[in-house]
Formats: sequence, structure tokens, C-alpha cells
Amino acid sequence: MTAATLAHDELYQKRIRTGFGFWLFILSDMVIFSCLFAAHAVLATRTAGGPSGAELFDLTNVAFETAFLLASSFTCGLASIAAAERNRFWFQIAMAVTCVLGLAFLALEIREFAGMIERGAGPTRSAFLSSFYALVGCHGVHVFAGILWLLTMMAQVQAKGFRPDIQRRNLCFALFWHALDIIWVAIFSIVYLLGVAL
Amino acid sequence: MSHEIEEPHGAAEYPPGEEEGSVGQRLLGYGVGLGLAILLTATSFFVISTDIFWLPSIPVAIIVLAIAQMGVHVVFFLHITTGADNTNNVMALAFGILIVLLVVGGSLWIMANLDHNMVPMDQLMQMQR
Repeated sequence: MTAATLAHDELYQKRIRTGFGFWLFILSDMVIFSCLFAAHAVLATRTAGGPSGAELFDLTNVAFETAFLLASSFTCGLASIAAAERNRFWFQIAMAVTCVLGLAFLALEIREFAGMIERGAGPTRSAFLSSFYALVGCHGVHVFAGILWLLTMMAQVQAKGFRPDIQRRNLCFALFWHALDIIWVAIFSIVYLLGVAL
Repeated sequence: MSHEIEEPHGAAEYPPGEEEGSVGQRLLGYGVGLGLAILLTATSFFVISTDIFWLPSIPVAIIVLAIAQMGVHVVFFLHITTGADNTNNVMALAFGILIVLLVVGGSLWIMANLDHNMVPMDQLMQMQR
């Protein structure tokens, strides 16, 4: 085995370790979300005489949020392919589209929260609403952090190119962004759709 | 010397999020994932918005559809598959699912039990008077 092959092997092993470590972080993040889900499931019917989910939730808005986040997950996948192919142009395009879709999701969510608080359904109104804002808000904060990370990756790829360490960060970012979409699937199914059905 | 990372032949494992194949194959993978996810999401929203289904079956249908969609995301977007090259990632995922089920199932079970055994709130107020 030549020295060059050994170096490649070393880098590849490092990539596997980094990916696995970040996967463990994502799973622990999922455990945190599962606690918020458990709290919401227990408190979903405790409205203290206040508005219930069926009165508050607008499913059209939720459908648009879902579409934006799902499309952004797809474009994030396209960015991963571009990164693997070391194509800077398509990487930046796909990441920019992902960023716009993520911002559109956040804008809809903030508008929804603002509208609910205006109607007197803020987090202090009932146990149901406290758990709702904690769970959905925690996901929103994750999306915001993801967008900041996304912009950082765009800048780093632009400034430093597809170096092995940058590629490892791209891998972690893609895992993080796809994981956010998985959590959103649970949120729109359990919080919104079941909240309207109950 | 180039800094390209060549995938060594016969590598024992792959990092999560990594996928093999040509650009076309990988594009197709994400496309299939997107199509399945759209189909499952649309079904969920359809089940809620019509009244042709038996009411008690709706929560079960929504939860089954959600779990199916999470599976689609894990396989097509995160590329965590049951292949022999992916054992560590799958084992970690299985442990994560176990903890999530314990937390959610345990909380619901214990809280429902406490709720069942608790004196109704209006009676409690009477007793404190």
C-alpha cells in the first residue's frame, strides 16, 4: 500500500467517524424532541377553557409549511450530490434554494404564531398551548440554526473549496437538515392533523 | 498529490448520509424519496379533510402514515439502510427508537393512569373548602 492510499484511507475513516458521531448527536436530539412530544400528547386536551387545536390550526398553512420543508430537504440532497461531485456552481444554487425554502417555512410559522397570540392564544393561555409552543417553537429554533449553518457552509465552500474538512461539515449539515424534516413529519401528523381530528 | 477522497474498494462501512452510484442514480434516489414523501403526506391530509372514513380509524391511519414517511426519509434522504456496510448507524438508530418509545409510551401510560386515579377537579375544590 502506498503512502497516498494510506492517507486517503485515513481521511475516509475520519469521514465515517465524523458521520457516525454526528448521527449519535441527531439521535440524542430526537430523544429531546420525544420528551416534548410526550408532554404535548399528555397535555393536548388540557385547554383550560381556552381554544383547542381544532379552532386554532389552519391546515392550508400547515400544508404549505410541509411542502416548503420537504422541497428544501430535496434540494439539500441535490446540494449533497453537487458537493460529492465538487461542482461549486450547482452546490451554491441548491444551497441557496434550500435557504429560501427554509426561510419561507420560518416566515409562515412566525406568522401563524403571531396570529394565534393576537387572538389571545399565547403560550400562557393553557397547558395545551404551552406544550404546543415549546414543541413547535423548538423545531423552529432548530430550523433557524440550520439556516445559519447553511449560510456558513455556502461561505466556507466559496472561500475554501471542497477540502476534506469542509466536506465533512457538509455531510453533517445534510444529516441535520434531513433530520429536521423527519421531526416535522411527526409534528404535522401528531400536533396538527390529530389536533384537528380530536 | 490530490486531496480527493477515493472510496477504498471493499470498505467495511459508510458514513450516514453517504450514497454510492452515479449522479443519475443518486438523483433518482432523492427523486423517488421525494415522490413517496409527497404521496404519504397528501394521503395524511386527505384522510383528515374527508369524512368518508370511520372516525376512530383516523388517528391510527395518521400515525401509520407518519411512521412510513419517516422510514422513507431515513432510507432515501439519510441513507441509513439495513446493508451490511451500515451496521453501526442502524444499531444507533434502533437504540434511539427504543428510548423514544420508552419516553413517549411510558409518559402516556403513567399520566393516563394518574389521571384515571385522580379525584375530579371540582370535587377536589369542594374538599379543600
